[in-house]
Amino acid sequence: MSLLHVSSPHIHKPFSSVEQVMKQVLLATIPGVLVMTWFFGPGTLLNIIFGSALALGFEAWALWLRGKDFKSPLKDHSVIVTATLLCIALPPYAPWWLIAVGVGVSVLLGKHVFGGLGYNPFNPAMVGYVVLLISFPLQMSSWTEPRGVGDVPGITDAFVALFAASSYDGVSAATPLDLFRQNSGMLFDGLMASKAEMAGVIAGRGWDMVNLAFLAGGLWLLRQRIFTWHAPAGMLAALSVCALIGFDEGSSTGGGSILFHLFSGATMFGAFFIITDPVSSAVSNKGRLIFGALVGVLVYLIRVYGNYPDALAFGVLLMNFAAPLIDQYTQPVVYGTKKIEVDE
Amino acid sequence: MRQIFDIHGGIHPPERKELSDPGFLMDCPPPSKLVLPVTQHIGAPACPIVEVGDTVLGGQMIAEAQGPVSVPVHAPSSGTVTAIASRAVPHASGMTDTCIEITLDGRCEWIKCEGVADWRAESKAALLDRVRLAGVAGLGGAGFPTAIKLASDRTIGIHTLVINGTECEPYITADDTVMQCCAREVVEGAEILAHMVGAETILLAVEDNKHEAAEAMKDASAHLASAEVVTFPTKYPSGGEKQLIELLLNVQVPSGGIPADIGVLCQNPSTAMAVRAALIDGKPLTDRITTLTGMALSKPGNRRVMLGTPIGELLANAGFNSETSDRVIHGGPMMGFAVTDLDMPVVKITNCVLAPTRSEIPPPQPQQACIRCGLCAEVCPASLLPQQLYWFARAKDQEQLERHHLMDCIECGACAYVCPSHIPLVQYYRSAKGSMREASKEKVRSDNSRARFEARQERLERETAARDAKRAARKAAAEARLEAGDDPVQAAIERAKAKKAQQEGDQ
Repeated sequence: MSLLHVSSPHIHKPFSSVEQVMKQVLLATIPGVLVMTWFFGPGTLLNIIFGSALALGFEAWALWLRGKDFKSPLKDHSVIVTATLLCIALPPYAPWWLIAVGVGVSVLLGKHVFGGLGYNPFNPAMVGYVVLLISFPLQMSSWTEPRGVGDVPGITDAFVALFAASSYDGVSAATPLDLFRQNSGMLFDGLMASKAEMAGVIAGRGWDMVNLAFLAGGLWLLRQRIFTWHAPAGMLAALSVCALIGFDEGSSTGGGSILFHLFSGATMFGAFFIITDPVSSAVSNKGRLIFGALVGVLVYLIRVYGNYPDALAFGVLLMNFAAPLIDQYTQPVVYGTKKIEVDE
Repeated sequence: MRQIFDIHGGIHPPERKELSDPGFLMDCPPPSKLVLPVTQHIGAPACPIVEVGDTVLGGQMIAEAQGPVSVPVHAPSSGTVTAIASRAVPHASGMTDTCIEITLDGRCEWIKCEGVADWRAESKAALLDRVRLAGVAGLGGAGFPTAIKLASDRTIGIHTLVINGTECEPYITADDTVMQCCAREVVEGAEILAHMVGAETILLAVEDNKHEAAEAMKDASAHLASAEVVTFPTKYPSGGEKQLIELLLNVQVPSGGIPADIGVLCQNPSTAMAVRAALIDGKPLTDRITTLTGMALSKPGNRRVMLGTPIGELLANAGFNSETSDRVIHGGPMMGFAVTDLDMPVVKITNCVLAPTRSEIPPPQPQQACIRCGLCAEVCPASLLPQQLYWFARAKDQEQLERHHLMDCIECGACAYVCPSHIPLVQYYRSAKGSMREASKEKVRSDNSRARFEARQERLERETAARDAKRAARKAAAEARLEAGDDPVQAAIERAKAKKAQQEGDQ
């Protein structure tokens, strides 16, 4: 009998694999994507399918170029997660080349130039998003109006928009964050009341529901112990505190209410799906709390004082730079190294 | 009820303890020969005092302790020494070591064992000596010489003795069996240990998945006011010495220190029993209770096994089906190591031999890239950052490894258990620890030779300075004489002249 000589531990937690982690993240995006489909039509869904297929191609190509085994890494689903997160962030009914450039940049420049899975210092989806935002501001700001099912583009329109953008005649509208940024002279409450786009249950129409759906998916991931509460709680708390400080009873130059900030734009999607990317964030729980909080502060500052309506991607990338520094100062106290008070 | 404190991290792997019934202790038929390694403990190897061809009796010392941190080895039964040679021994690195092979004669003749009449009346030194001569080493898995642990003279006295019956490793039920089937002996052993170190409190710590053992301990210790049975929730690795102390007493053993630094002594129930046997029966440690378990065995269970029994023979006895299995584990599935040779013997630290089927414990999956998910840090009982340690270990960055306290890793394997990327983290840490120990030894060596070199330089300089000073002093004295009109050259000339004149005068 030949004996296997392997190191301890000999047992491994069942169903614990990179593939499982990625699968659960993908599953958790379902509520958010469904609500987006309800309000905006099938654009995002089609983007995700198209983007994921491209991403698999790019990943295989990059692995082949790097002389790596390009079959088994494809099965870990990590590149599909990257593509899905990017495509959720892109406007629905984006042309095919926008998605291709975004996915290509994410996979090649966001991930593989650094050495592939686990080695990327930046969130790959956000790298792709920022490159698109800076290069193609027009296409990136063409968001469809959240009209709700029955009054949204159909699947044919989605295909036309994707592959024959020039003959697609969609209706784009300003998002609540656009309106908020462009606002001058209107009191916050007045702004909320004057525009149909602002008349949601909690915040902007449609957007508040999208945020709630991503919050639900995120809470499920938290329950599945895919990540800890630290980064999302840090970001949401910091954003709330900033909004609380900046909210001056709703003047025209004020910062907007807490609920407006929490349920607008990419807040919940970012808090639970983007800053929780473990590879590019800080490593300890304390570090992740600080990392999230600083993203929250940056998001608020850029939303209120910056040139872009939303700021998640910039906030995340800037904090990715800071993550190693945060790690230096947030090492947990190791067993037996607590300072003991000596009785003199 | 004593308050139980929380410890960081931990995991809940499937326990699988039902495979080996802890309520029933079986005897094992004596093998035809025994293989006894001279090192079954941490410390210096024992030195064989028998020769090939010698006949030995059970209980006879066959190798004596060498140096302070060492324990002797005794023959478990009567027979003839047929070899003293290098054999495979249970060790994580799969190494070989000097072993004494005894072919048994089947007569089971023993030397006459004499215990102490009243251990309370004996001096501590006398009791310690008996423990040491009986070859008792920690039976929980580490094998540290018990007498050394009991003798340690730290500044604070030991106030609490903890009998560690946690047994948090999956599959193993040896301590459970000992606590159930030999409760009286364990408690008496604990009493003796507490007496020896002067501990006022005895805590009998049992995880709450061992209800019968806890009850047995309660019954056996009911007469002792100083003893208390403490049960606490099942979690791996609550049985780690440092973890258990924090869990029971809410204090941490300082990094690099030992429990005695904070006035605590931990002993395994089997060790307590062995100490009792050494003192009351005068019987040296020659057997132990071992769990034989795993789905590849048709007759798993706990057996009293002679030290030196080849593992293969033991497995055959338990109905081992080698068709279904491709690994045998010495110890538990979390911290045990793979047996490389079935002729390897049972030693003092063998608390379990696990023979799983291939489907029960499948071969390890290929390693994937670390995604820094942090699950490892969540479960680390030492609050380390295992993923950071992994990167630093790969980069051989000793400075960072030290800064991140690699040496405080207890190698429990919780991090590798949960790792979604199937990275054998503990293996990386073991190897990095090895190079760090090597580097610090190297540092001590180079520090020593630097000190030697500097001392020599200093001595040479001192000697030169002394010579120079002497020369200068002579010179100064000569000059002083010259100045005083006392020219030595002139004086010598005059002396020569006078001598010549005298010689001439003589002729």
